[in-house]
Parts: sequence; C-alpha cells; structure tokens
Amino acid sequence: MTQTHSGTASAQPKRSRAEQLGRPSMWRMLLRDRFATLAALILTFVTLTAVFGPALMGELATRQDLMFMNKPPFDPSNGWAYILGSDSLGRSMLARMVVATRTTLMVAVPAVLLAMVIGSLWGVWAGYHRGRRENISMRLADIIMSFPSLLLAVVVLYVFSPSAANIVLILAITRIPIYMRTARAESAELQSRTFVDAARTFGTRPNAIIVRHVIPVVTPTLLTLATLEFCFVMLAESSLSFLGIGIQPPDVSWGLMVAQGRQYLQTAWWLSILPGLAIVITAVAANMLAAWMRIATDPSQRWRLTLDKATTKAFKKVIKDAK
Amino acid sequence: MMTHLLEPDVVMNDSGQTVLEVRDLDVDIRTPKGTVRVVRGVGFTARRGQTLALLGESGCGKSMTAKAIAGLLDPVASVAGGHAFLDGKDLNTMSARERREVAGPGLGIVFQDALTALNPVYTIGTQLGEAFRIHRGASRKQAKAEAIDLMRRVGIPEPETRVNSYPHQFSGGMRQRILIAMAVALSPRLLIADEPTTALDVTVQAQIMQLLRKLRSEEDMAVVLITHDLSVVAEEADDVCVMYAGNVVEQGSVRTVFAEPTHPYTKGLLESVPGDSVRGQGLSSIPGSPPELNKIPAGCVYQDRCPLVAQICRDERPQLRPTGPRQRAACHFAERVGQETVSQTGVVSVEEENQ
Amino acid sequence: MLTYLRKRIISSALPLVVVVVGVFALARLTGNPASLYLPLNATEAMREDFVVRNGLDQPLWIQMGRYFGGILRLDFGTSMRTGQDAADMALRAFPATLQLAGMTMAIAIVLAVFVGSAAALKPNGILDRFASFLSMTAASIPDFWLAIVGIWVFAITLGWVPTSGVAGAAAWVLPVATLVMRPFGALVQVIRGAMVSSLSEPYIKLARSKGATQYRVVGSHALRNAAAPGLTVAGDLTVGLVNGAVVVETIFGWPGIGKLMIDSILQRDFAVLQACVLLTAVAIFILNILIDLGYALLDPRVRPSAGARGRRRARSARRGNPTEIKDPAATGASV
Repeated sequence: MTQTHSGTASAQPKRSRAEQLGRPSMWRMLLRDRFATLAALILTFVTLTAVFGPALMGELATRQDLMFMNKPPFDPSNGWAYILGSDSLGRSMLARMVVATRTTLMVAVPAVLLAMVIGSLWGVWAGYHRGRRENISMRLADIIMSFPSLLLAVVVLYVFSPSAANIVLILAITRIPIYMRTARAESAELQSRTFVDAARTFGTRPNAIIVRHVIPVVTPTLLTLATLEFCFVMLAESSLSFLGIGIQPPDVSWGLMVAQGRQYLQTAWWLSILPGLAIVITAVAANMLAAWMRIATDPSQRWRLTLDKATTKAFKKVIKDAK
Repeated sequence: MMTHLLEPDVVMNDSGQTVLEVRDLDVDIRTPKGTVRVVRGVGFTARRGQTLALLGESGCGKSMTAKAIAGLLDPVASVAGGHAFLDGKDLNTMSARERREVAGPGLGIVFQDALTALNPVYTIGTQLGEAFRIHRGASRKQAKAEAIDLMRRVGIPEPETRVNSYPHQFSGGMRQRILIAMAVALSPRLLIADEPTTALDVTVQAQIMQLLRKLRSEEDMAVVLITHDLSVVAEEADDVCVMYAGNVVEQGSVRTVFAEPTHPYTKGLLESVPGDSVRGQGLSSIPGSPPELNKIPAGCVYQDRCPLVAQICRDERPQLRPTGPRQRAACHFAERVGQETVSQTGVVSVEEENQ
Repeated sequence: MLTYLRKRIISSALPLVVVVVGVFALARLTGNPASLYLPLNATEAMREDFVVRNGLDQPLWIQMGRYFGGILRLDFGTSMRTGQDAADMALRAFPATLQLAGMTMAIAIVLAVFVGSAAALKPNGILDRFASFLSMTAASIPDFWLAIVGIWVFAITLGWVPTSGVAGAAAWVLPVATLVMRPFGALVQVIRGAMVSSLSEPYIKLARSKGATQYRVVGSHALRNAAAPGLTVAGDLTVGLVNGAVVVETIFGWPGIGKLMIDSILQRDFAVLQACVLLTAVAIFILNILIDLGYALLDPRVRPSAGARGRRRARSARRGNPTEIKDPAATGASV
C-alpha cells in the first residue's frame, strides 16, 4: 500500500499535502464514486431548493385557482407552474413541494445537528471517564431508547404548541442515544490507547484530552452516522406528520402532503406519490453519501476509492503477504 | 522470466520418491497500478519423507508459492503459468472439484497464525473431525473419535474433554498443534507448513518443529517448510530453495548450500547469522532492501544489493545453473561467490556502513 | 451463566420501571380527558363527577401509588372508552402485533441472509452493487407511503388483496411487504459487511484446505461467524416492531398494540395506554434477554464462562460496535 502510494506521489508532485501523505483528497474520492457524486448532487439540489425555493415560489404555493383543480402532472399545456400537477384547491404541486422542502429540512437538519452535538459530547465524555459516569449515562440512553417516542411527540404536541421547533426537540431527544452509544464505545476504546496515556502523563486535563485527542478521531464516524440519521429523522418527521401529530397545516412538509393526498389517491395519485418520491430520493441520497463517507473516512478502507477498477478487499492482504 | 524447463533432478537428492514437482510457477496479483508478478519461474521438488525449505525474507514470494500450490490464493492473485505436479497430476489444471478431493488426503497445509486460522465459533472437535466428514463421510460420532485420536497424536493432554473446547480456550502452542493435527488428519502425501512457528515462543517453537519431524516420519510425508529462519532450515530441512524478490536464486541440499553458498544473497544471509561472529566485531548485514515488486529491475533481481555487481548483471537476468553436485544458483559469478571470503565479497557490516 | 443472566435482568429492569413511571406522568400531561368523554354541553358538576370518579382529582403521586398498587394485584384499570379491562384489551391486541412482527422478521432475515451472502461473495461486483442499492432504497422508503401506494396499486386498482383487516392470508401480504422493507435493507447491509470480513478470515482458507465445498465454506463457516452482528441488529429491529408498527397498523386497520396505543393516546384512555406500554416493555425486556442468550449460543467467546474479557466483548457488541455504524433503521425507536 505505502509503496504504491509513494510511487504515485513522486510521479505527480503537484498534489496537496494530504495526498503526498498518501491520503487522496476527499473531492477526488467523491468524484471516483459515481453513486456518491450523484447523491451529493441531489442533496445539494435539495438544500438549494430549501434555501432559495420558498422566496421564489412561496406565493405560488398558497395561490388557489379553481380553474386548475386536480390537474395531472407532466402536462405542459397547464404552464410550468403546474408541471407537477395541482391539488384540489388548484394550488401548484411544484410550489408546494418546494415550500415543503424547506419545512422538511428545517426539521430534519436541526434535529440531527442537535442530537449529534449533545449525544456525541455526552458519549465521548462518558466513554473517556468510564466507571460510574459511563454506567449512568448508558442507563439513561437505554431508558430514552425504550421510551415510546410517539407518546413523547403527542405529549409535547398537546402540552406545548405543535410547532416545528417542538418536533425538532422530540426528534433530537429520541435520537441522542444513538450518538451516545457510538461515541462512548469509540471514546472508551481510545482512552486506553497509548497516545492518550502520553497526554495524561504530561498532565493534560481530561477535557483538553477529549477535545484534542478523542474528538478529532471520532468525528468522521459520527458525521457518517449523522448522515444516516438524517435519513431516519426525515422519515420520522414524515411519519409524525402523516399521523397528524407532526407539522400542522397551513405549514406543509412532504410527509403531510402524502397524508393530505391520501384521500385523493384514486382521483389524483400525484398528490401523494410525488412528495413520497421526494422523500425516497432524498433518503436514498443521504444513505448513499453515508455509505461513501464510511469508506472514505476509514483509513483501512479508503484505498478502495482510489482504485480505478473495482477490486476486492482481499487485495490489501495480498499486498501485505507479498511484501 | 525463465523460459526453459528446469530439470530439478539434476541438483536434488536422488533418494526418495518425488511427491511434488513445481515447474516454472508464475503468480500475478492485480493492483491499482496494474498486474505485478510476485512469483517468477519458481521450480523445486519435494520428496517423500523429506523436508524442503522455502527460505527468504518476507515478501520474497515464498508464501505466495505455497498458496498457489495449495490453491488458496486470494481472489486478486492468480497462477499465471507453470505447473505443480502432485503425484504426477497437475494441480494447476484441476477442476475445482478435483482440487477439493485432493485438499486433505493429498495435500495438507499448516497456517501461520493459529488463532485466526481456527474458526472461533466451532469446537476443536468439530473442526478436527470436519476433514473426516468431508472426505470419508464419517458420522459425527466417528469424526469426534478421530478428532480425539488426532489430538492425542499431536500431544494435547486430556483430549476426551478438550475436544469440546473452543479455540480461544487453548494456548498458542496448543492451537498450533491443533492446526498441525488438522493438516495431517487424512495422512496427506504433502504437508505445506507456512511459517508454523513464527507466532510462538522459542521453547514452544522447538516442540512444534519436533512434532512436525515426528509426524513426517510416521506418515512418510513430503514436507514443504516455509520460513525465514536460517537455523530452522539448518536443523529441519534436507533441501533448501532460497527465494529473493519472487525468484529462486539458489537451491540444493541444505548441507551443500549452507556450507558453500554460490549466490551472493545466500552468502549474505548466512553471514548475517550471529553464530560464528567474533566478539566485538559487528554483525554483518546486507545493505539496502529488496526491490518493490512492481519495480523489479531488468537483469539480475539482486543487482542493487550485490557486492559483485557488474554490467552483465544489469543487462541479463542470470538463469539457475548447476554450481555443484547438488546445487544450483542464478548468478553470473557463482564460481567467484564460492571462493571468496567475506571481506573480498565486500559485504559490509553495520558499523562500516555507518562510518 | 446464571449470574450473568441475573445481572442482565437487573440492569434491564430499571429502564422498564422508569418507562412505566414516565408514561404515567407524561400521559397525564396531555390534558383532561373529561372534555373528550362528556358531551359539549356537560355541566361543571358532571365534569367534576367524571374527574373524581376516575381519580383524576388526586395529586399525581397518589394516582401513581394507586396505579402501582393495582399492578401488584394485577389490576391494570379499566378503559374509559370501552369500560373493559385495560389489560385484557392490551393482551388481546398483542398477538396480532407479535404475529406481524414475527412474520416480517422471518421473511426479512431469510431474504437478507441470501442477498447479503451472495453480495459478499464478490465485494464490489455487480451483484454487490445491486444489493447495496436495493437495500439502501428499501431502508429509505417511508412505510406509510409504501403502504398507501400498495393499497392503491394492489388493493384498489388490481383488487388482488384486501385494503385492510386480518381475514385470510391475502390480508397479510401488504402489511408484511410494507414492514419488511426496512429490516430487510438494514440486515442486508449488516450481513453483507459481516460476511465480507468473515470470508476474508484465515479460517475460511483453512476450511478450503480441508476440501470443504463452497456451500460448506459459505453456509457454515462464514455465515455462523457473521450471524452474531446480524442477530444484534435483527434484535433491535424486532424490538422496534414489537413496540407496535403504529403507522402500518393504522393504515391497514391491523388490530395490534400500536393501533391500540395511538388510539388510547388520542382518546386519553390512560389505563389502556399504560397497559400497552407495560406489556410491550415487558415483552422487549424478555426479547432482550433472549437475544443475549442467542448471542452466547452463536459465539462461544462471549459466553460468560469465557471470563471477563468475553463478557466485555459481548456487552460492547450489544451496545454497538465502535467500528461499525449501525443503520438508523436498525436502531429501533420506530414511529
């Protein structure tokens, strides 16, 4: 492995430092994997839609037009605004989906970030200190995990206002244990390593060691996990909205659109199918990107993405044997 | 690459019946940078009741050679040419089914790391008995009885109770014994031992080698011993095949090769052994390191480290040729190697190099 | 083994109790059920009477004390909605959920073992890529959406299966097909990964060197080693399903615990809700112990007799391996 890498580095000297160290750049590795590139493009497109879309189409999304009730999609004669059809009030599906994109992301992204930051820090802390702190934290995680999240959602919805912020909160709380467990396991493993011992013998404070030595190592894993979690949280939000305890009208999210379109399934299939497709495509993209990240951030697997042709995992071992 | 057919009988001992004959074996592996040949034109013969050692430093292709013969190459590696005759039948042209039939009764292999080579989730008894179930259609009960018998033969205490234990419940030496038992279960004609003692303590190493010796004479097997340990070769082997960068550079009977090496590499290896060195004098070592397998130079593979290097070594790859009654070497200056002494061959010691 | 089990039981009992208490408290936060059960023109006296009759006028801790006292006498209260015994209602709904979960997991595991193993034979091969795309898509489809698309296509348009209910085998097709997706997707990825690493282990070469057939090598040596991580994830997925596949049960009118739970929440039928939560919590508690036992059965190294090291391994494996990221769909907590 080292041999072939050093060979490349010397052959093409004009490369980044990371590549000279035998680590290909993330961009290069992303572009190597066609599926991951496509996934990244889709997610970028979704994000851009969420950021800029509502400003362009927000008004269109609420404009009712009885002339355009339940128009089927992909019919250019209705004009571009109705290219994805219209609902029973004659609102443009395209515009509504664009607005729903923002709502969906406004719930999923903060929920994922919140859960990731809290869960990771907590887990790293628990894993680093071990003992009582670890045990109590893990019991707490167990409790949260075994709590019916649906009930929590309903309670918050009834006690407080059914706002997007509260949904974010519920989703974040119920997903914190996932990060906690992973971060704890990694951190517990790391704290027994020699480089952490070395830092400890120099009198470095635990928090400083956590920040400087543990967090940088666990971050790639947790980011990958967060990408996967984005998919899960988005599905959870749509499920809640579908059950009527998530996003409330007049706000609109993809899940809510599926629910609202359900009763028109036989007459206007696109009302349910299209927002559902949007969920599926975004979720698959997040999944594919996470699969790529998992390989790209793992030094022992990264070489796969530097290959021109697909080769097997056994390759690495062969090189080792052959050297 | 060597093109002419070897005539192994020229150099090897003429006693004993040939069990394995390897001719012009080439092994390639696919890498991101293209195909690399890791074994080139390797040939040797292993005889009944005798041990042939494949000697070389790590990466010289000795393990690859063994795996190619045993048909256990990783998916990215493949046999690119040559033959390996086991009792006259070419292993390289066998169908998968024929190979499976040979694996066990024809050819047994002892792996290097017993902890990873044993399946952690099955008992030792199950794994030892598996060969009997596959090849002899033994019942579970029969297989277990055979397993106990095998364990007793390789010297595992209390085999009746230990047969139900799992690999992690044994010590390293015991695990290695189990691996050996597994390899000899069906009394194979040929036993390949791939660095069987590398992972073990020195005292255990000796016991394992002794066990292998005992089984060799009991079963009258041909043994191919892969090792980087010169002393193991000196003690255990009848013949030796010295490999360097995927090539055989010298072969012959251990006695002649070790007494009068005719390849500068063999000579360098022997001189780096502390045995005969004088106190206060630095140990000699071979300068430099083996070439990368994708950058093997034209001409002699050893040219970059050889003290005798000349223009012909850069232009022409030396072929194996007889250099003694039971000896062959691939060196243009084999005769000079045989005559000259340490200082004359210019093998530098560590201290000299550092000054 | 017994000490190990006892420890495990004690450590799992705590979350169980906390969940039951938490649900009790949370449920009461959802508001007074009086407005739901009494006519809109009910007088203040009628409301008062309803509250007192149901013991809702007492402080929370007294209500809780009464409730737990009742549990000890196996009295789980009566449903405000139907007047039936709450425990009876929960127990009657539970088999439907268990059957659905069992059927789903059985199909998902069998399919995933075949697809995952086949994909692992040639990592990065065409089959592997296809399987990975298939599993990702399966894990990414929202179940409610799949359910209504399924109803639209197969029940309404084609008329092959009923839209809801539990009558006959045909009624099982859509709910099971919908539920199977996520477990299948998650398991394929786990089994594929475990099989790839297991197939590259030296013990596979050893098995081949004994002349074992491909079937024996893959099906017995590799798969047995890959089974443990598969079991962990399958266990978590089953827990999610036992908790009640609320969405699918609602859409298909499946009379399971999930549907009963959401109905009770929406109706403030506290006794039934609590009975449901308690029942599923106990079931999950038992399931977790079974998973642990299965784990020890599969991997001798984690059996407690193997000593402290093995035990640690077992625990860390159950709590999530640091080097392996679980699929989110595989981590329970279904909605």
